[in-house]
Amino acid sequence: MKDSPTAADTATTEPKIAARGVDVFYGETHAIKDVSVDIRDKAVTAFIGPSGCGKSTFLRCFNRMNDTIDNCRVTGGIALDGENIHDRRVDPVQLRAKVGMVFQKPNPFPKSIYDNVAYGPRIHGLAQSRGDLDEIVEKALRRGAIWNEVKDRLHASGTGLSGGQQQRLCIARAIATEPEVLLMDEPCSALDPIATGQVEELIDELKADYSVVIVTHSMQQAARVSQETAFFHLGTLVEFGKTDEIFTNPREKLTESYITGRIG
Amino acid sequence: MTHKHIVSAFDRDLEGLQALTMKMGGLVEESIRNATTSLVSRDEALAQKVRDADARVDALEDRVNEDAARIIAMRQPIASDMRTVLSVIKISANLERIGDYSKNMAKRTGLLMDLPVVDGASHSIRRMAREVEQMLHDVLDAYIQRDADLARDVRARDESVDQMYNALFREFLTFMMEDPRNITGCMHLHFIAKNIERMGDHVTSIADQVIYIVEGALPADDRPKADRTSSAQFEG
Repeated sequence: MKDSPTAADTATTEPKIAARGVDVFYGETHAIKDVSVDIRDKAVTAFIGPSGCGKSTFLRCFNRMNDTIDNCRVTGGIALDGENIHDRRVDPVQLRAKVGMVFQKPNPFPKSIYDNVAYGPRIHGLAQSRGDLDEIVEKALRRGAIWNEVKDRLHASGTGLSGGQQQRLCIARAIATEPEVLLMDEPCSALDPIATGQVEELIDELKADYSVVIVTHSMQQAARVSQETAFFHLGTLVEFGKTDEIFTNPREKLTESYITGRIG
Repeated sequence: MTHKHIVSAFDRDLEGLQALTMKMGGLVEESIRNATTSLVSRDEALAQKVRDADARVDALEDRVNEDAARIIAMRQPIASDMRTVLSVIKISANLERIGDYSKNMAKRTGLLMDLPVVDGASHSIRRMAREVEQMLHDVLDAYIQRDADLARDVRARDESVDQMYNALFREFLTFMMEDPRNITGCMHLHFIAKNIERMGDHVTSIADQVIYIVEGALPADDRPKADRTSSAQFEG
C-alpha cells in the first residue's frame, strides 16, 4: 500500500473497525504482514485475493476467531468503535455477539429452525420472556429474508432446509444477537446462482444497519455487493479502494493482473 | 498488459477483436488514399472502386460489434480488458464514419469530372487528405503499441487540418466571387474539404480512446481546435 489505509473519500466518518499494522503468524508462518485498513459502518467491504493470500485469516482477526487456533499469534491494533478488541477487559464471547460471522458452508445446529435463531439471544440473555424471544426470532428470520419460507415450520430441523435456505438461516442466526458487524467468509461458494442472488440481495439490505465484511473468490460478486474492495496477495494488502474504481481502473498492476484473470 | 490470461481463449478473443479493428483501419486508410488520388487524377474507375469498397468496412464494423457483445456476455471483461472491448466498439464506429466520408468524396469526384478544373484546389485537398491519412496511420500504430504519447501527438496535429480547411474555405469563397461558373465545382470541393476535416475529428476521437485504454481516463484538456469557419464573414 502506497496510500493511506483509508479508501478514497471515505474518511469522512469514523471507521467501524480500524486495523493498524496487523501481523498474523501461524507458528513460523507469517500469514498477514503489516496490514492497516479502515472498515466503514453501514457499507459492504469485500476482501479478494488468491487462495492462501490471508484474506480469511485477516477477517477472522475482527472477532478474535484466531484466538481459538493454538499456534496463531496476532499483533498490531484492531479497534471496534475506537476500542481495542485485544484489551484485557474485552470478553471474546461478547465481542463475537457484536461481530457476527457467517461461514462458507451453511452450518445450522442440528436443532429446530427456531432454536437455531434463539440460541444466541438465549445465551446472551437478550429475551425476558417467551414472547420476547418469539419476537426476536421472527425479526431475525425476516431480516434474513427467510421468514416466509419457514414461518409454518419453525420447529422443523434447520438441517432439513435447502443449502440456500440454510445459509440465510445462518445469517438470521448471526443477526439475532443484534451484532454491529457481520463477517462473511465466502457465504455463497456452496450455493447455486438463485440462492446466491438471494443472499446478495440480503447483503445489500443488511448494509443499511450493519457494517458487512465479505471474503469472496468471485470477483463479480465483490463487484456486485461491495462498496469498497481490498485486494490481498501473499499476506499483504496490495490495494484498498472504492469497488467501482478497483474494477474499472485499479492503481496497482498486481490488482489488475488478478482481477482480469492473469495471475492466480 | 504483458501477462497472458489464465484462460488463453480469452486472449485469443481479445486479439481477434483487435485484429478485426485493425483490418478495418487498413481498409479505411486505403480508401482515403484512393479517394484522394481519384480526385487529383480524375480517375473515375478508382473512384468507383472506393465507392464499392465501403461495404466491406461496414460489414467489418458489424462483426466487431457482434464479437464485442459476445465477449462481454461470455467473459465479463473488467478493468483494462473492459476498456479494450469498449474502445474497439467506439473506434470501429469512428472508422466506419471515416469510410463513409471517403465514399462521399469518391461520389463527388464522379460529378467533378464534368466540371471545369478549379486551379490548385485539388492539390490543397490532397495535402489535407494526406495529413489525415498519416494521422490515421499513426493513431492505429498508437493503438497497437498502447502508445499514449503518439496518440497525444495525433490529437495535436488535428489543429493543422483545421487550419488547412480554413484556408481552403477562404480560397473557395474567392474563386466563387471571381467567377460564378466556379460555384458548382467549388461547392463540391468544399464538401470534400469539410468531409476531410471531419475525418480528422474522428481520428482525434480514436486518439482519445487510445489514451483511455492506456491511462484509464479520457484526456481532460480540450484539444486544440482551429476550425473557425462557423464565424467566417462574407467579405464581398
